[in-house]
Amino acid sequence: MSKKPEFVIEDLHAGIEGRPILRGVNLRVNVGEVHALMGPNGSGKSTLANIILGHPAYEVTRGRILFKGQDILELGADERAHLGLFLAFQYPVEIPGVTVAKFLKRALESRIAGGGNGEKLSVPKFIKELKESMKLMGLDEQFVNRYLNEGFSGGEKKRMEIVQMLMLKPEFAILDETDSGLDIDALKIVAQGVNRMRGPNFGALIITHYQRILNYIQPDKVHIMYEGRIVASGGPELSEELEKYGYENIREKFGIETQVSA
Amino acid sequence: MKDKAITLPDIDLGTSPDKYKYGFRQPERSVFKAKKGLNREVVMQISDHKNEPDWMRRFRLKALEIFYQKPMPNWGPDLSALNFDDIYYYIKPVEKQGRSWEEVPEEIKDTFDKLGIPEAERKFLAGVGAQYDSEVVYHNIREELKKKGVIFVDPETAVQEYPDLVREYFGTIVPPADNKFAALNSAVWSGGSFIYVPPGVQVDIPLQAYFRINARNMGQFERTLIIADEGSFVHYVEGCTAPIYTTDSLHSAVVEIIAKKGARVRYTTIQNWSGNVYNLVTKRAVAHEEATVEWVDGNIGSKITMKYPAVYLLGRKAHGEILSVAFAGKGQIQDTGGKVVHVADDTSSLITSKSISKDGGQASYRGLLKVYPHLKNIKSHVVCDALIMDEASRTDTYPYIEIESDDVSIEHEARVSKISEEQVFYLMSRGLSESEAAMMIVNGFIEPLVKQLPMEYAVELNRLIELEMEGSVG
Repeated sequence: MSKKPEFVIEDLHAGIEGRPILRGVNLRVNVGEVHALMGPNGSGKSTLANIILGHPAYEVTRGRILFKGQDILELGADERAHLGLFLAFQYPVEIPGVTVAKFLKRALESRIAGGGNGEKLSVPKFIKELKESMKLMGLDEQFVNRYLNEGFSGGEKKRMEIVQMLMLKPEFAILDETDSGLDIDALKIVAQGVNRMRGPNFGALIITHYQRILNYIQPDKVHIMYEGRIVASGGPELSEELEKYGYENIREKFGIETQVSA
Repeated sequence: MKDKAITLPDIDLGTSPDKYKYGFRQPERSVFKAKKGLNREVVMQISDHKNEPDWMRRFRLKALEIFYQKPMPNWGPDLSALNFDDIYYYIKPVEKQGRSWEEVPEEIKDTFDKLGIPEAERKFLAGVGAQYDSEVVYHNIREELKKKGVIFVDPETAVQEYPDLVREYFGTIVPPADNKFAALNSAVWSGGSFIYVPPGVQVDIPLQAYFRINARNMGQFERTLIIADEGSFVHYVEGCTAPIYTTDSLHSAVVEIIAKKGARVRYTTIQNWSGNVYNLVTKRAVAHEEATVEWVDGNIGSKITMKYPAVYLLGRKAHGEILSVAFAGKGQIQDTGGKVVHVADDTSSLITSKSISKDGGQASYRGLLKVYPHLKNIKSHVVCDALIMDEASRTDTYPYIEIESDDVSIEHEARVSKISEEQVFYLMSRGLSESEAAMMIVNGFIEPLVKQLPMEYAVELNRLIELEMEGSVG
């Protein structure tokens, strides 16, 4: 491997309220790569996404997460964002009374301030980029004056997550089931947003149940998670295989020994 | 995901002594100060100083009798620590009211400068009244409004110059016998505002009154009467602050509004008393046919506030709105809400109450919605939202609903929420610090009030909250 590993998870064990969920996750995404993480419900995918951004409800009991060579586990969620991490949430929460424009301006300001190169937010540029991003995601301009996620349909929320990603320009993004609940047109639009970000300085982990989104976002690698561990990794063909056999047959197919849950 | 207690930064909502920005005081230099305590002599002294006609003096003395007879409210917050004998009922700061700020004594002018009143007047107000302890020390209205016949004076001036208007309406909307504190105010009232807007006149920019208590153990009892004649519009704004003392002060105002046919009156309050002030206020409006009355009531300061702005919808198609926002911080009780009484067909009302309680503060919504018998097409919507910032704080809701007609559409929603861990995490994952995230959620919560305010006040309110929140981090 010639590239410097950008995003690395080593032997990660974690859980919630004493209940273990992740049982030794190892993952390595090189600079500029997009990986897909697949797996059945309850395999720990969303837990992993939340832990990467530092959700306070989860407890990491062992292991490390390295981003840009730095162990991020001791950092707060805001510091992780400043470092260039982003999570497109599976269920974005509503923030009543806070408009999309106000929220994004504030988020961008803190992203810039957190970047620490003394830049200032240019408001005209911000407005221009916001309009472009909204247009690309097929959201009406009027959405900027609506309260964040309040009364948005499921699809609108997902698109707004991608708008945020386009605006905040993270270096590594985790998309937590952004495709679920989207129709095919919305899926294509969301994929377009991710593809626009792709480049030598952007990496992503796409968490999904289905191979469908991977028709539009070509992953460099596919990983399969099962009972809190990554049990198989391979090229794009792995997702097609998975689609064919289904999760039910995953155990025999990949010869997994499952741990006895407590 | 379980609701784990999240550690929020120490957010102060502006009323604890070390954060309160307006707690400064000037030396007391009154030209007359009545003896402490309340009796006939004090009431007569007040009346003498104002050189009042006999009818007003009799009104006061009768109200004093009612005050003695009326019991303290047997509901709501505990007022037993309020000692009526330990209060100065009348402190006259100056001999003569100023028409320009130059005529106002230096120390008093300095106070209002610090509060930003002359500056605000220059920038965006149509008229200003400034009250210092018991008297209005400055009063002015823009010349063009005067020419249109708009009257904006202190009520003492109104008693002398417009006795017919005053006698017709004074004490009719809130009679002295309404409650103990209305009786008290009627007996010892001093200062406040009197507004008359002639038919069809639109006062496009707000009139403001500012109430400042300076003296220790002071009782401030201003009286406001607003008469909006047919088809007119006026927006009146009041602000209030006081120095921090270890002893209690009392503010007990009465506000009466008459909105005649097709008139619209908006009354905005940003109450930011220091933490030693009892704020016990009676505010009531009547809306005649097709008239609209809106109360926008922001309660941030005080020790105990009891205030329930009311609208009586007396004419067909009248509309009433009450938007109440309360912050209850450490040692504070905000017992606020609104009352709407539907007395005519096709009337509608909207009550929105938002409260935030923090550091052991108590915020209560207390509201009345009443619909008289045999009415048609009545609509009302009541929304109460409470945000509780920590385990030590509390919120209560006391909605009283009395409906005696059938053709009524009523919606009542009540929600109590905490700042959720999920919201804070979401915002933090976008780069906001924990305290910025909490601040954004709180600001969003009060947004419905803020967006109703004229921009300058919205900025002031946001600044007040944000300053206090920022100052408390780390």
